[in-house]
Amino acid sequence: MLRQLRLCLALLLAALALAAPAHAQGPDIAAIVAKLGGKISFPDTEAVIAELAATGDPAAERPLRALAAGQLVWRDGDEAVFIATSGAEPTPLLDPVTGADAGTAPKDQLNKIRIKNSIRTAVDDALAGLTLRADDPAMRRRAAENLFAAADPEGIDVLDAALAAETDANVRAVMEQARAAAILKSDRPGADKEAAVTTLTARGDRPALNALTAFAAAAPAGEAQEAAARGAAQIEQTIALWGQAQNIWYGLSLGSVLLLAAIGLAITFGVMGVINMAHGEMVMLGAYTTFVVQEAIRTQVPWLFEWSLAIALPLAFLVSGSVGLVMERGLIRFLYGRPLETLLATFGVSLILQQLVRTIFGPTNREVGNPDWMSGAFQFGQMAITWNRLWIIVFALTVFAALLFALNRTPMGLQMRAVTQNRKMASAMGIRTPFVDAMTFALGSGIAGIAGVALSQIDNVSPDLGGSYIIDSFMVVVFGGVGNLWGTLVGAMTLGIVNKFLEPYAGAVLGKIVVLVLIILFIQKRPRGLFAQKGRFVDA
Amino acid sequence: MILARFLGPRVWLLVAALLAAAVLVPLSNLWLPADHPLHVPSHIVPLLGKYVCYALLALALDLVWGHVGILSLGHGAFFALGGYAMGMYLMRQIGPRGVYGNPVLPDFMVFLNWGELPWFWHGFDQFWFAALMVVLVPGLLAFVFGWFAFRSRVTGVYLSIITQALTYALLLAFFRNDMGFGGNNGLTDFKDILGFPIQAGTTRAALFAASCVALALGVLLVGAVTRSKLGSLMTAVRDAESRTRFIGWRPEYVKLFAFTVSAVMAGIAGALYVPQVGIINPGEFAPVNSIEVVVWAAIGGRGTILGPVVGALLVASSKSYFTAVAPDTWLFVLGGLFVFVTLFLPRGIIGTIDHGWTGWRERLKASRAAERGAGAPPAAPPQSPGDLPSPAE
Repeated sequence: MLRQLRLCLALLLAALALAAPAHAQGPDIAAIVAKLGGKISFPDTEAVIAELAATGDPAAERPLRALAAGQLVWRDGDEAVFIATSGAEPTPLLDPVTGADAGTAPKDQLNKIRIKNSIRTAVDDALAGLTLRADDPAMRRRAAENLFAAADPEGIDVLDAALAAETDANVRAVMEQARAAAILKSDRPGADKEAAVTTLTARGDRPALNALTAFAAAAPAGEAQEAAARGAAQIEQTIALWGQAQNIWYGLSLGSVLLLAAIGLAITFGVMGVINMAHGEMVMLGAYTTFVVQEAIRTQVPWLFEWSLAIALPLAFLVSGSVGLVMERGLIRFLYGRPLETLLATFGVSLILQQLVRTIFGPTNREVGNPDWMSGAFQFGQMAITWNRLWIIVFALTVFAALLFALNRTPMGLQMRAVTQNRKMASAMGIRTPFVDAMTFALGSGIAGIAGVALSQIDNVSPDLGGSYIIDSFMVVVFGGVGNLWGTLVGAMTLGIVNKFLEPYAGAVLGKIVVLVLIILFIQKRPRGLFAQKGRFVDA
Repeated sequence: MILARFLGPRVWLLVAALLAAAVLVPLSNLWLPADHPLHVPSHIVPLLGKYVCYALLALALDLVWGHVGILSLGHGAFFALGGYAMGMYLMRQIGPRGVYGNPVLPDFMVFLNWGELPWFWHGFDQFWFAALMVVLVPGLLAFVFGWFAFRSRVTGVYLSIITQALTYALLLAFFRNDMGFGGNNGLTDFKDILGFPIQAGTTRAALFAASCVALALGVLLVGAVTRSKLGSLMTAVRDAESRTRFIGWRPEYVKLFAFTVSAVMAGIAGALYVPQVGIINPGEFAPVNSIEVVVWAAIGGRGTILGPVVGALLVASSKSYFTAVAPDTWLFVLGGLFVFVTLFLPRGIIGTIDHGWTGWRERLKASRAAERGAGAPPAAPPQSPGDLPSPAE
């Protein structure tokens, strides 16, 4: 009955508004607000609130908020309504609709409009309804989401009214979901509820699941209740599916980090059979190069900051690559054919590099900033995807593709592969194997430097950065098999995903241990890795 | 008499020196007045004891690396496991004297609100049981690990990396509080060993003497094994594993034997080390520690018995010196030692004394020749025990 009355009133007001365009809507609000003057009952107050809500005019927001805050007063005598924000004597008054200054009045002539909790709730609903009509679609959407969370049957009418006026399809969908959630709590007939269940099932996220399970548990048995239970089960399934997808995503992200760290190692180990224990330190040098570049940019040319990573990439490649070249020429070439001693000597180099960086930059973590395009996250389905992870995956795959191209399509790559497959034969064909060795080592080290630029975005830049990746990188290379880049890719991604899938069951540390044990067992089966190089050889 | 000739004079000299130290150092510490020039101060005794334990560890590593050619980067794990077994005994000896006064549970378990002792802590209140575990746990781990690794012919750098992964995995595991080994802090705050207060001068002197005796026994054992027929087989496996296999031996059993014995020796070294330094924590599992052991053996001279002992004593004491005087330079020195030794002293100090110094130019030439000519031995005559396994790739 009340509802029809409200509708009539709204229509009447709308007609008035049409009939008197010169007044616009301002006077209407003012007229409705004026009804609050004088002693009125709570139901009357609620009726006025409903009236205000029905206007759908954002101008009604100010008096409503003031009412809920208990700041709405009426003056003795003319029963005019004002906003009084302070209790000073004489009290300054504001116009309830425009918020303009409206003079002052003695305190004892002002009567506060009484409110109680139900009034506050009514005001909240009305406000939600009002923001449902806001000009900004994002605000409308937010209001609808709030109503969805509240799931109050009282809000159905407001939503209906808003739906009738809504043009944006996305906002409309959210409104319909909010309406469905409210219907499930109302005493509407079963058919309505079944439709609501369908809408919520289509939404398919955790809040929808909660609404459905609550309904399925509370409602009397019936078709709607069964549909809700079915819908809840279905949503649970999709949520679990998205959980797996999220796990795979995290795994790919970890895998791409491993790939970046290990790929340079795969080259040096695969081509030269040299275990470079200082590989992690090459990564660290790349990260510190990024730090230095960013510091220089910050102090000299701050507007270049967004480009700092692009500038750091070639520099990191050069820094790590030249350190690698010096290492190869000055140390490793004397130790060819003695892999265990190479391992020891390069480990010594790694200690020296670590201590060098610690002496220059200090033992603490250094701050490397993320450019804007690397920070933040976006929602994909039910997964949150951070931009830096996404870019690192893209970057790792790009580096992989570039390396694949360099090895398979350039003369230098051809020579490298020749040396990998048969050093003596390559030498006999006129390939300068020492030169190829030096270039290969520089390339592998340079790639480690590039990896350092990427890792500086997601990890602490400290002198120990390299040490934390070296064992994982070796695991990737050993698992994937040497001399084959695809093996490294598959190895890195597999290890990343397995790690992330084990984490929920075993915890991060235990998961890592399990992975190590699995690799040790795997090596038993295939001592030369997943993608072992084919050929005839006898070891030792 | 036969044994004397069998082991050679050098081993006996080393054993005699160790036994002399086992007697003289405690005597000088306990009996000579503090201002006597030959007096060994009380804080030096456990330090020397620590070095002797390191020497035993280096000797253990050298048994597999110098004599069988297996470069283990995970020997610190066996050392730490032995240490933990001893630490558990020492923890149980604290009894109700802990901070929380619980008669059974060690302090960290009370702190973690544990109700009762985990199953693997039972029995460690008995010394004989702890001593058994000191031998058994590292030995068993090495046996199982070696069984899998050697049987499937994981060799060379692959094996080295896997042993490093082993100690890394243990490092991560022991850092966890719910493993029941004290987590990050490890086991410490020991009071007695076998009823004697652990801080007392006499106990420390006795522990030092015990360490010397253990090292002397280790030297005798390694000497006896390497001079036996098994020792010749070990050399054969080190220098030409495939050939040894082709003429009918089973190299994996030789390796397994050496690896297990070596792990047991490392465990004993760890067990003697813990009461002298008074703490064992997961840091002992760190891969860097294991690699430091490798450099001891490399500097002293692989496969020379005397070498690893000398190397461990030298490097460990210079580490104490450098970390006290200039802590920042130690890693430079250690890293430099790695590079220097591999480039200029590939046979280590003792090996160089035995065979004379071959200049690095000659060795570069030789390694180039090895690269060109198929599998020729790079530097020295192949029959020398200090020689490196020839690459022959």
